[in-house]
Amino acid sequence: MSKIGVFICHCGENISATVDVARVAEAAGQLEGVAFSTDYKYMCSDPGQTMIKQAIKENGLNGVVVGSCSPRMHEPTFRKACQEAGLNPFMCEMANLREHCSWVHDKSEATTQKAIDLVRTLVEKVKLNKPLFSIQVPVTKTALVIGGGIAGIQASLDIASAGHQVILVEKDPSIGGHMSQLSETFPTLDCSQCILTPRMVEVAQHPNIKLMTYAELEKLEGSIGNFKATIRKKAKSIDEDLCNGCGTCTTKCPTKKIPSEFNTGLGMRTAIYVPFPQAVPNKPVIDKENCSYYQKGKCKVCEKVCPTGAIRFDQEDELVELEVGAVVIATGFDIMQPSGFPEYGYGKYKDVITGLQFERLASASGPTLGEIRRPSDGKIPEKIVFVACAGSRDPAKGVPYCSKICCMYTAKHAMLYQHKVHHGKSYIFYMDIRAAGKNYEEFVRRAIVEDEVNYIRGRVSKVYEENGKLIVKGVDTLLSAKPVEIEADMVVLASAAVANPGAEALAQKMHVSYDSYNFFSEAHPKLKPVETNTAGIFLAGACQAPKDIPETVSQASGAASKVIILFSKDELSRDPLIAVVNRSPAPVFSTCVGCFMCASACPYQAIGEELITNRQGKVIKKVAKVNPGLCQGCGTCVAFCRSKSIDIQGYSNEQMCAEVIALLNHE
Amino acid sequence: MKIGFYPGCSLTGSSREYNESLLAIAKEAGIELVEINDWNCCGATAAHNLNKELSLSLPARNLAIAESEEMDELVVPCAACFNRLVMTQHELSEKKDLKKVISEKLQMPFKNEIRILNVLQFLEKHIVPRLDQLVKSPLEIDVACYYGCLLVRPQNVMKSERFEDPMSMDTIMQKLGANPIDWPFKTECCGAGFSISKTEIVGELSGKIVRNATGRGAKAIVVACPMCHSNLDMRRPAIDSYLNMKMDIPVIYITQAIALAMGLTPRQAGIQRHFVPVNLTVNR
Ligand SMILES: Cc1cc2nc3c(=O)[nH]c(=O)nc-3n(C[C@H](O)[C@H](O)[C@H](O)COP(=O)(O)OP(=O)(O)OC[C@H]3O[C@@H](n4cnc5c(N)ncnc54)[C@H](O)[C@@H]3O)c2cc1C
Ligand code: SF4
Ligand code: SF4
Repeated sequence: MSKIGVFICHCGENISATVDVARVAEAAGQLEGVAFSTDYKYMCSDPGQTMIKQAIKENGLNGVVVGSCSPRMHEPTFRKACQEAGLNPFMCEMANLREHCSWVHDKSEATTQKAIDLVRTLVEKVKLNKPLFSIQVPVTKTALVIGGGIAGIQASLDIASAGHQVILVEKDPSIGGHMSQLSETFPTLDCSQCILTPRMVEVAQHPNIKLMTYAELEKLEGSIGNFKATIRKKAKSIDEDLCNGCGTCTTKCPTKKIPSEFNTGLGMRTAIYVPFPQAVPNKPVIDKENCSYYQKGKCKVCEKVCPTGAIRFDQEDELVELEVGAVVIATGFDIMQPSGFPEYGYGKYKDVITGLQFERLASASGPTLGEIRRPSDGKIPEKIVFVACAGSRDPAKGVPYCSKICCMYTAKHAMLYQHKVHHGKSYIFYMDIRAAGKNYEEFVRRAIVEDEVNYIRGRVSKVYEENGKLIVKGVDTLLSAKPVEIEADMVVLASAAVANPGAEALAQKMHVSYDSYNFFSEAHPKLKPVETNTAGIFLAGACQAPKDIPETVSQASGAASKVIILFSKDELSRDPLIAVVNRSPAPVFSTCVGCFMCASACPYQAIGEELITNRQGKVIKKVAKVNPGLCQGCGTCVAFCRSKSIDIQGYSNEQMCAEVIALLNHE
Repeated sequence: MKIGFYPGCSLTGSSREYNESLLAIAKEAGIELVEINDWNCCGATAAHNLNKELSLSLPARNLAIAESEEMDELVVPCAACFNRLVMTQHELSEKKDLKKVISEKLQMPFKNEIRILNVLQFLEKHIVPRLDQLVKSPLEIDVACYYGCLLVRPQNVMKSERFEDPMSMDTIMQKLGANPIDWPFKTECCGAGFSISKTEIVGELSGKIVRNATGRGAKAIVVACPMCHSNLDMRRPAIDSYLNMKMDIPVIYITQAIALAMGLTPRQAGIQRHFVPVNLTVNR
């Protein structure tokens, strides 16, 4: 016999302002099977929970309905309270009187009636609830980190140092990401390579990290604790075990005029190449698109000169399957190509470059060995104009958001230029200077006061060439409020930070959500900044939104600690709300007829076969069986089963019908 | 298909040659442009700053008449008229309440669905496909295509991809055999309405445009807006005095360029009406 307790919460005034809570509690008390009913201001508070526990014990309740907020909010709270009072937690249900009732209706008799209906519905359901027990699944204590920029590097090192295995997958031939391209970094002007490359080496040498470069995620299946990842290792055309990194091939390769990605097109590379001298791993790959042998069938110079015979023209892509327990996405960002802004002349004038190209010019490892020389003729520019927000904060032609990093790196660029070219003049056109961060405002001040960088508040309308100069037309909207024209030798565009071109496809492969700009979405903007909506998949770095190095590294360590917490247990407990195929005594065994429609419908491949044998071991029946580790409880199979043999525990057909009938029986 | 034609005041006054050349090339291409009956002022310059409802009602009345005459498209050659008509159509299709208010004022049926074309859109759609047959004497000169501000803006209404560096006129001029130069002043301000109140500002702004086009070797500036034309052509004395030298580059309407390329006489193209003499035979 049912002995159900009903607990109606006021939620402060959130519910009681529109719903007559006392009436709801009173009406619930009249329902058949309800042994106890009350209301209280804050059910989730300590006294509220104590009230529930006491009522369970004193009245010997065998079911509980809490009428309060959304189960997303407090279902775990109330189930735990019930469990502490000795009741199976799955005998507790919640009626959502807040989001589904008080928040969406005005105060009225009908609103109170609806609240009563919602409670009655759940009372009828609880009558059919059965005790359920959490499912324990083992955790595979290996993490997959996708993307080897500073975010992926930091997350990998943290997880590996906690004693867990890490597989770091990077799509390019080397790890390092954008940070490896930077010259010096704000706000301290320490050299980017000097702080990054030791970490890259650490990754390569860490016994717990397996590095897979030139590789990409092909497929991800499974769920938290037990993912199965398929990685495509792109053919490098090199036997990495034989290659000793001598570099003979890269010096002898006759195809030398390929714009180097690492040097943002300001330098050239060969077809067989190592992206930069400090690359990790320091072994070459052949770029098939540009290799004479792959394209025209002739050459093989590298094979001839290689002292260890490491070149493998017949190497093919390899698919590797990995079992991992958690995934960290750290695929970073890209910069918008300013070709959508013909007025700035990018692509038309060689000396109009992007901020990332300026980093290469200012970098000691760059094509000019750190001297600021303009691309057209190699001359040192006497006057540089920097354009901030080139594409950012521009809903008409670019992106509406602020890219966050460019105010700071533009100040840095102007500063670096002034340090290298003392007599030079630098101008920065800006909308606002956004320098919120530790020591950031001071850094910008330094650029203005000590390095005499000219900040002009206003936009640039046009850049054009006249008599060998780049004429920059803009406006100064402050004191003079006048059009300005500057004859510059070089123009640097702080182009917007945007999502990677492959981000959307990757998100879809992994079933994680992404925003309208294709940045990966965090599970909660404030309280869950490193989690995704998919349990077991975490975010680190600029793949979530544009961010600088300090923020990237903090987020990466945050994501790593979430992985380490997950790996701190040997087993993971999951809600048992999964599908089960019914079983009954012989001679029926199960109403399942073994048609396996369910198996073909299941999006998670969670349904397999079970053979029912007699005492002699002879197979008498073949029925469907759900793998509790894979089932996500989506219920698709239930809809497909013709013989009604499969049900979701806790949400059975019978329970759902009871709810519907209770609603229809509205007085 | 019935194509309507809204001349606006300029085309009946200071820029009659624009009107004449447009009608001449349409006739040559076998297209009839039907002037809408009893049209009124588009409300450019003053109205939209002074009285919102009036500034919408004036263009709306013209649109409603065109609809009542069962026109499918309406060609509006003047860039300022075009801007007012298109903006009105846009605003009234976004704001249904406002459309009701204006419709009541008009006291005639108004669906607000007619397709409005500026001169470049008209040329691209109806003339360009016929140009291969119609061009008899290719122009073969360097020209600077000058768009000014209103033809391609505002971006959210015109949906133009390259509103800072438009190319549509350049493409048409190329089809006429001319060589459109690459220059940075395509959409710079000509001084617009200051033509009357502060002519010296027009002298400076238009002067820079004329100087740049000349400096880059153009033999003519091609325009598609009466305002731009009068500033660059009629205000040449102010330009010359700003630049401190006499500039003799002519300014022609794109419709005139087409008329000449089609082999029509200079008089049919209205060439004789300009302040700065046009002599396009001076080739490169
Ligand atoms: C011009 C410029 C100057 C800057 N200057 C500074 C500065 O001075 N100070 C500062 O703090 N910050 C600076 N930044 C910001 C800094 O670059 C970023 O904060 C940092 O690079 C973010 O690191 P990340 O690892 O998240 O992303 P990234 O550096 O973009 O790394 C992402 C990595 O993931 C890889 N990847 C991408 N997609 C896949 C895939 N599908 N599969 C596998 N691998 C993939 C990429 O190849 C790359 O190696 C600057 C940025 C720019 C553009
Ligand atoms: S075979 Fe290809 S990679 Fe090797 S040397 Fe020739 S071009 Fe370079
Ligand atoms: S950080 Fe500065 S430059 Fe970059 S988008 Fe934001 S405001 Fe513009």
